This record gives sequence, structure tokens and C-alpha cells, in this order.
Amino acid sequence: MIIGSRPTKFQVVVDKNQCMLCGRCVENCSYNVFRMEPEGIITNTRNCVACHRCISQCPRDAISIKERPCDYRSHPVWTAQIKENIFKQAESGKILLGGMGNAGQYPILFDHLVLDACQVTNPSIDPLREPMELRTYIGKKPKQLEFIQTPEEDTSLVTELVPNLKLETPIMIGHMSYGAISLNAHKAMAKAVSEIGTFMGTGEGGLHEALYPYQNNMIVQVASGRFGVDVNYLERGAAIEIKIGQGAKPGIGGHLPGEKVCADVSCTRMIPEGSDAISPAPHHDIYSIEDLKQLVLSLKEATEWKKPVFVKIAAVHNVAAIAAGIARSGADAVVIDGFRGGTGAAPSVFRDHVGIPIEAAVAAVDAKLRKQGIRNEVSIIASGGIRQSADVAKAICLGADAVYIGTAALVAMGCRVCGTCYRGLCSWGIATQRPDLVTRLNPDEAANNVKNLIDAWTLELAELMGAAGINSIESLRGNRDRLRGYMLDQSMLDVLDVNAIGA
Amino acid sequence: MCGIIGVIDKQRELMDGSSIRDALSIMDERGSGEGAGYAAYGVYPDYADLYAIHVFYDNLVEPKTQVEDLLETWGMIEHDEEIPTWEQNGITKIHTPWRYFFRPKTRLMQRSKTPDDEIVKHIVMEVNKSIKGALVFSSGKNIGVFKASGWPEEVADFYRVEKYEGYLWLAHNRYPTNTPGWWGGAHPFNLLNWSVVHNGEITSYGTNRRYIESFGYDCTMYTDTEVVAYLMDLLVRRHGLTQELAVRALAPPFWEEIERMPENEQKFTTALRLTYGSAMMNGPFAIAVASPDSIVGFSDRIKLRPLVIGEHDNRIFISSEEAAIRTIDSAISRIYMPKAGHPIVGRTVT
Ligand code: SF4
Ligand code: SF4
Repeated sequence: MIIGSRPTKFQVVVDKNQCMLCGRCVENCSYNVFRMEPEGIITNTRNCVACHRCISQCPRDAISIKERPCDYRSHPVWTAQIKENIFKQAESGKILLGGMGNAGQYPILFDHLVLDACQVTNPSIDPLREPMELRTYIGKKPKQLEFIQTPEEDTSLVTELVPNLKLETPIMIGHMSYGAISLNAHKAMAKAVSEIGTFMGTGEGGLHEALYPYQNNMIVQVASGRFGVDVNYLERGAAIEIKIGQGAKPGIGGHLPGEKVCADVSCTRMIPEGSDAISPAPHHDIYSIEDLKQLVLSLKEATEWKKPVFVKIAAVHNVAAIAAGIARSGADAVVIDGFRGGTGAAPSVFRDHVGIPIEAAVAAVDAKLRKQGIRNEVSIIASGGIRQSADVAKAICLGADAVYIGTAALVAMGCRVCGTCYRGLCSWGIATQRPDLVTRLNPDEAANNVKNLIDAWTLELAELMGAAGINSIESLRGNRDRLRGYMLDQSMLDVLDVNAIGA
Repeated sequence: MCGIIGVIDKQRELMDGSSIRDALSIMDERGSGEGAGYAAYGVYPDYADLYAIHVFYDNLVEPKTQVEDLLETWGMIEHDEEIPTWEQNGITKIHTPWRYFFRPKTRLMQRSKTPDDEIVKHIVMEVNKSIKGALVFSSGKNIGVFKASGWPEEVADFYRVEKYEGYLWLAHNRYPTNTPGWWGGAHPFNLLNWSVVHNGEITSYGTNRRYIESFGYDCTMYTDTEVVAYLMDLLVRRHGLTQELAVRALAPPFWEEIERMPENEQKFTTALRLTYGSAMMNGPFAIAVASPDSIVGFSDRIKLRPLVIGEHDNRIFISSEEAAIRTIDSAISRIYMPKAGHPIVGRTVT
């Protein structure tokens, strides 16, 4: 039985009166929607993913794109999406893939939390006139300091601090690998973070030579595939991150299709050209927390104890206990990736149904580590669903030391969250390795955009802190008093440990 | 608002409570009649090596039995009595203040460097958290806190503070904003030998509370000031910092300043800030902390609350207002305002 075609999602219309037949849309659409014919531009609407590249490049504003409604017989349970997924799988017998983060209809907790501001009894602080400190140190801290008191009454410090990353803003860029995204995209972000004084992750794809100039601001990743990992790579990073899990797909590994493994990627990843790069779900040398501890310690040993080692996990139900184990494994920071975390490609069933929101995960981890009296000794980095500066502030109030952004940085470079990264056709030159597409992204301009975004958020964060009468980020961290829950049920308020509005 | 005044005599010469009463009253417009209190060091010479535990009781039946059972589990009550009070018009007596002179059995708290202090700390936390109708508001040796809801002079007369003689006094006049005026919420806040008075609001309270709770201190007073007493206890008694260093941790220099410091100091201050980042306090505050041999005054890092220091002969005064200091000592000549975040320490020499 033939199921037949499904309705197209978008409708692309070229206004003939406006169009001057320059052909830019034809050139720019990497999904082959446009065709130049003697009678004008013809569209194949079915191919459109709504990446908006054509619109952004059309000199006459001649193109419009609409979501194309087409009603199925309405049903509250068997929704259009559920039905279409069944159609697709009935045809293919395969796992459905999706790009970017969780697209499920879950309430966004960040939007149910509101921040505080001072009024009469307590002055707000004006960041334009008073110093506002957003500097954050990521890494292990001692529980207490030891001193010796010399006879001359001089106190000198005995405790040696272990290396920490010094961030001028608590906003970093998370791990997206070379392979999943283009070298130009990587260069742009690397340049931005090094100018700001913050950090970005290399992802699991190794470190390309072109990024060596920015290595002091790069966190190198060790994932189960161990792509590109050797001692040279480890030594170049400012910190090392072991990736156990990822918010968009907890419990499963990664897969970079062979088509994306061009010569340059193959060289950086240390794998043959054209071969699929598969990172298995588990690290095959980690089947327990003791194993993880060994890897943490070996990485430290390999780099002469000069670099902090982070461990990244997906936010799952038992995240607090897992994080406590990680904290005791010698790791300097635990990275928690919430279920809104983006990805190049994930089975949509994972993306949309596995894991928990970052807000709850951070709150639970912070609470558990405090209960065990070790919160102060390890840093928490929150990622997965940070969309704006208010989310950063809220994540910090819930207990994060710093955040990773991912999608937001891509959007700053032009990404329209079309969610088709896995096809390698990204028309913005971000999630692709096709040389003609890659050159569309100018690394210097894009770097500027990313820098502007983080600068702007940092300013907003300073204003939010000032309004709350706080002039250093340390005093925002874990400060649940500066948050209130709006329209959250009691059980959620309990997990977040915040009061309801008005309380 | 709120008015604070503190004085230490370096030679431990005793002062009765009458002049501190007057000094506090001069700052009446800084309060709202909802809380005032006094802490005096050296007031129980007869029981100087015992812990003087002051408790507010809602009634003298259930809570009192429970507190006494707890005390007797951990040590011996060598003497106890109701703290004498004299009814005042403005004060509705809602609690009965009681005092115990207590000797802990140190062998019950092994593996602690300061077992007797640990026992008393444990008792204070336990009572305040779990025994309904009882609240420990003072627990140091040879010191006493006297506080209630009312105006400074009423509270002073209620306890007749002029009858007590101490070499170090702290006093506070309250204008509550965060919590209603209640007896437990009046200052000074005390834990063991630490007493704290505070003018301001600690915007980092949420962070500080979560930090201090992870070291086994329970915040039960619904007010930001109590964390200061606990933080001092943690940093100085348990972690061995000096008072000056503790203040540096609580109100640290800005990174900009740290960067300009000589290398050694820079390293030291950075370590302090990294290690005790969650203990650092934000918001507007002027604070005076007393311990048996010192009084420390400091303000927040950008000085959003007033703090005045006076020095004369053997005495150092810390107050919100110069007028309050002059009320005690009209001949005083050296009066100054300390830099933001900078600790001013007065120490006894004997
Ligand atoms: S895929 Fe992108 S470029 Fe092509 S028509 Fe759609 S929006 Fe325009
Ligand atoms: S990176 Fe490119 S392909 Fe991926 S969502 Fe953004 S615009 Fe689409």
C-alpha cells in the first residue's frame, strides 16, 4: 500500500513584481528550492526547510515563506506530527532523526522563574558607576585554607590552589565538533571567546591547526570515540572535558556520517577520509565511577596536573547522585547538559523524550553537593537551553558557576534553527563541510557577532545583578532568594527550592 | 536604617550599661520600636568558665523540659534562673528569658579540636530548629545578650542593663524590613562567643545560607544577620582565620584592586576569594562583630551604610553615628570613617 506524500511544511512565494531575476535565491538555497526559468523564478516548495537564507540575501525582499497549514482530521491524541512520524517509519523502517534541541511541548521552567530587584530598603547598584564583578573561576577550590603564622605575626599561605579557568564572564560556548560544524564557524567562535576572555569547547572532533592561535581559550574534549586525542591535543587545551553524555541524546553515542569526513576533518579527527565517525554510547574503558576516576586522573597525569578536567553528563533523573560521584572522582567541574541541548543529529525519540530540564538538574545537583558538604570544591557548568541573559542569571541563582551556550552562538552567526544540520547542507555555512557553503561564513564578521552577543548578555547580567543589589557573581551563585516561581506547582518549587511569587 | 553602637575597653575595664543605653536611644529615629538589644562581655565573672545559655521560652512547661533534657544529655547545668526583667509599658512580654550556666562533657564530642564549643553549637542549632517554644539567643562564656521587641530605652530598662558591667558592649536599634519585629529577630545575634549587630540587608543571604548550612549550621531566625555570626564561627574558630582575614573573606577587595597588589598578597587574596566566594557578603551593610578579645567593624564593599569609628584612651567605639559615640564620651577627639570593606579591629591587651 502506498501511503503517499505528506503535505509540504512551507510555502515559498516569489513576488514577480518585486523580483529582478538576479538569481541570488537560486545561488543561496542549498536545498534546491529555486530554479531560474525564462518565465521567472520557479520554486519547489517541498524542499524548503525555512532556513531563511534566500530571504536574507534577496535584494528586493521578493521572497516570502509561510508555514503551510494543512489540516488532518483533528484529534487531540493522534496529532499531525504523531501521524506523520508513523507514515515516515511505516515507509522506511528506520529511526527518525532530528537536529537541534528538544522540540517537545514541555513548559520552559526558566520562563516560570522571575528575578528580584531592590527597592527602598536596599539600594540597587548602578553598574555604570559602581564596579560589577562577573569574573568567575572554574575548577576545584579547597574546602578551607591553611596558614602558618610566623613569629613576626606574618601569616603565610600553605594551601596551593590547583589550576582554575579564569572567565571574565560566566558565559562560555559549549562543545560542537569540527565535522558537525565548519571550520569557519569554529574560528569565529574561537576568536570571539579569546577576545572576551572566556572559553569554548572543541567538541569531540579534535583541534584543527587553524585553532592553535586560540588554544588558550579552548577546552578540548575526550569523548568515547577518542577522535583526535593525543597528548599534543590535551596539552593544547586550557582544560579537558570528558564527555559522557549530551542533553539532546542521553544514553547514546554520536555519529558523524562519512560524507562529512573530508580530508581536513579526517586529519583533525585522526580517522580515514570518508569513514563514518562513530562514538559509542559508553566509553569502553568506563563502566563505573572508579573507571571514570581513573580516566580523570590519567588525563591529569598526562598533562602534569596543570589543567582542570571537567566531566559532562546529560541531565537525567538521578543526575544529583551521579554528579556527586563525579565530584568525588577528582573532576574539577561537572557539566550538566539539559534536555533542551542542541545537536547536529539525534534520534528524535531521544531528543524529545529522554532527560530532564537543566533548571531542575542544576538545582538538584547543587542541593545534593551542598548536603554532602562538597559543593564548594567543584564547579557546576549548566548548558542546554540557555537562550538569553535572564536564563544565565536564573541558572546561576539555581547553583551554576557558569553556563555553556551552543545554539545561541550559532544563531548569532546566522543559524535560523531550521533543525536540518544533519543533512550537511546548512545554507549559512555553519553546519556543513561543503566548501562553497563554508565560505559563506566570514569568520571575522561572525566572530564579531558572537562577541557582541556575549558582551550584550554580560552587560544585561550586570544590570540584573545591580538591580538585585549584588556586585559580584559569587553572591548570585546558588542564591535562590533572588528567584521566585510563577505558576509552578509545589513539587516543582520544592525541587528548585524557590518560593512562589509573593512569598 | 537601624542603629548600631559598640565599645571595647582594651584594658578590660568594666563599663555599666547605662551609657550604652543612652547612646543607643539617641539613634531612636533609626529604629521603629520593634526591636533593640544589648550584648555585654564580662558580665558573669562568677561563672566565667561556663557557657551562659540564654533561652526565650514561650512557656515554662514543655519547651523548658525539653531544653533541659538536651542540656543534661550533653553536660551539666551548674546554675539556672529566670533572667530578671522589669515590665515596661511599651513591651509586651511574650517570652520568658531564662539563663543556664552550663558545662559540656567534652568527651561526648570526640574528634573535634574544640569539643565544648561544638557541643554548645550543636545544642543551639538543635533547640532552635526542633524545640517549639524555645529559642537560644546567647550562648557564650561570660557574656550575655539582652534583647526584645521595643525601643532601645524600654529594652534596656526591661532588663535593667545598667546593672550589668562589661568591658565590651554591642547594642542595636532595629528597623525591621525583611521580617516582622519579633524577639528572636532583634539583634545582637549570638553564637558561642560571637555577637553581631548589623545595619543593612544582605542580598547574598541566599548564597551565604546555603554555604553555611553545608557546614552544619541551621539558619532558623528568618533574618540575614544570623549568618554573619555563623560565618565568623566557621572562618575563625573552625578554619583558623584571623578576624581581619575573615572580614577580608566576607567583604573582599575588588579584582581590580587585587590585581594591583604585590604578588604575594595577590596570591593570598585570590586564594581567599576563591575558597570563600560563597561566604562573601553583598548588599548594603555595616556590621560590628564582638568576641571576648576583640571588636571588629566593617562595611560592605561600596559602603552603602554609615560606619563611624571613635578612639579615646583605651576605648574604641564603632557606631552608625558620631552623635552616639559622643553621648558616651563627649571628650572624644579621634573620630573617622573607615574605608569600604576595611576592617577596624579593637583588641584587648590583657
Ligand atoms: S531552504 Fe532556505 S534558502 Fe531555500 S527556499 Fe527555504 S528558506 Fe529559502
Ligand atoms: S546550523 Fe544551519 S542547518 Fe543547523 S539549524 Fe542552524 S541553519 Fe539549520
